Amino acid sequence: MSKYIQNFLKFKPLLSELVARDIKIKYRRSVLGVLWTLLNPLFMMIILSVVFSNLFKFDIENFPLYVLSGQVVFNFFNDATTSSMSSIIGSASLIKKVYVPKYLFVLSRVFSSFINLMASFTALILVMIATRVELRWTVVLSVFPLFLLVVFSLGVGLLLAALTVKFRDIMHLYSVFTTGLMYLTPVIYPMSMLPQKIKTIVLLNPLTNMLEMFRDTMFNAKCFSAGSLAIGMVEAVIMLAIGLFVFYKNQDEFILNI
Amino acid sequence: MEKDVIISVEHVSIKFNLSSEKFDSFKEYIIKSLKKQVSYDEFWALKDVSFEVKKGDSLGLIGLNGSGKSTMLKTIAGVLKPTKGEVTVHGNIAPLIELGAGFDMDLTARENVFLNGALLGYNRSQMEKQYEDIVEFSELRDFMDVPVKNFSSGMVSRLAFAIATIGIPDILIVDEVLSVGDFRFQEKCEARIQNMRDNGTTILFVSHSLQQVEKICNKIVWLEKGNVRMFGDTMEVCSKYKEI
Repeated sequence: MSKYIQNFLKFKPLLSELVARDIKIKYRRSVLGVLWTLLNPLFMMIILSVVFSNLFKFDIENFPLYVLSGQVVFNFFNDATTSSMSSIIGSASLIKKVYVPKYLFVLSRVFSSFINLMASFTALILVMIATRVELRWTVVLSVFPLFLLVVFSLGVGLLLAALTVKFRDIMHLYSVFTTGLMYLTPVIYPMSMLPQKIKTIVLLNPLTNMLEMFRDTMFNAKCFSAGSLAIGMVEAVIMLAIGLFVFYKNQDEFILNI
Repeated sequence: MEKDVIISVEHVSIKFNLSSEKFDSFKEYIIKSLKKQVSYDEFWALKDVSFEVKKGDSLGLIGLNGSGKSTMLKTIAGVLKPTKGEVTVHGNIAPLIELGAGFDMDLTARENVFLNGALLGYNRSQMEKQYEDIVEFSELRDFMDVPVKNFSSGMVSRLAFAIATIGIPDILIVDEVLSVGDFRFQEKCEARIQNMRDNGTTILFVSHSLQQVEKICNKIVWLEKGNVRMFGDTMEVCSKYKEI
């Protein structure tokens, strides 16, 4: 175990360099630069709130914010897992030449997405202030669902990265899958409008639980129940364990397939 | 004087599966594995290779194309895992395998210095200390803020060589990279490698130029189709090698 920790510490600078690279390249040659990480979600939110407060109306308080929070959570999951998926294949030239712990590439993608998540979270807070929604102390508790979300996404990312090396089909299939998944997560609709049958399926989706916890702390001034926290933790840990296991079993063969 | 063994390669064999049928899709894979049609052509790139390198030695690997030299180096660098046998390395390795592999073409030379340094396991403050030396050696002072994609191949290899040879690593792996750059820079690189050797770095050197190998190495492993044909002192092996 200590061997793994030592190895991680040796390559920790690489992790930060990789994350910095992702961010730098994304905003290179743009005038506003890194400010876009904040502006982009903010503009998206303005459009969404205009659309959802005028066009579609559900019987729910502050519906635009409801949709926005759903977007923040789901976009992070989508972004983190999709970019992790191609992380190993994209770093083929490096992996073939130099020894680097390979999970670092996945980890760096999840971290870059996490930075974007922080930006969109800030944008969400700004929108809340602008629309005069009261910010309550429970907002602080939103770190718990977000943390679970990051762990869960890391697990999915590791799994996808390892499998995609062998089966490239997953790359094409996954975007279809996430589109479907988005509708199985209460991002743009309230849970109350679902028929019982579909509701059961939606509740089985681990993202639903995390998103509901997030919304409770953000708008409902409620602390999530210990039960949902426990379920979320179990789901996140199991996903991470599966991801690590599959990744670890396959990582020595990456070089033969990339 | 008895020197410590720094790299020991024990009965290493490496097998590659050349899949006779390419399957890239999940469906094909499942159907083929159900029908038990997945067949591979086995190819042994290395067969039961054993040798030891002592601290401070410089070992040359020679052999014709496809004899397994690069596979051997990759195994020692930890990129490939041996199918059988074991490689034990004591100390840190600076790989110089194909210069520029770790570069991100969109980043500037300065940013690439830090990225590449991190790949070799150096942190930012360590790299800042070495930065001046890298700029000096690569002679690219005016171009440090230019994206690497605008560099000529000579410039890329100069920068890569300068980064890879910072500090005094325990083991330096050099694979066919001295053929880059102009004549003057090649001499400079050779001088730097000699200098590292004098400071106690163990060097693993692969080249088709027997001249360079003779100049730099004191031990040689001669590989032929994955087998060790000969292992011994430079003079001895080189004279035999020239006979074929």
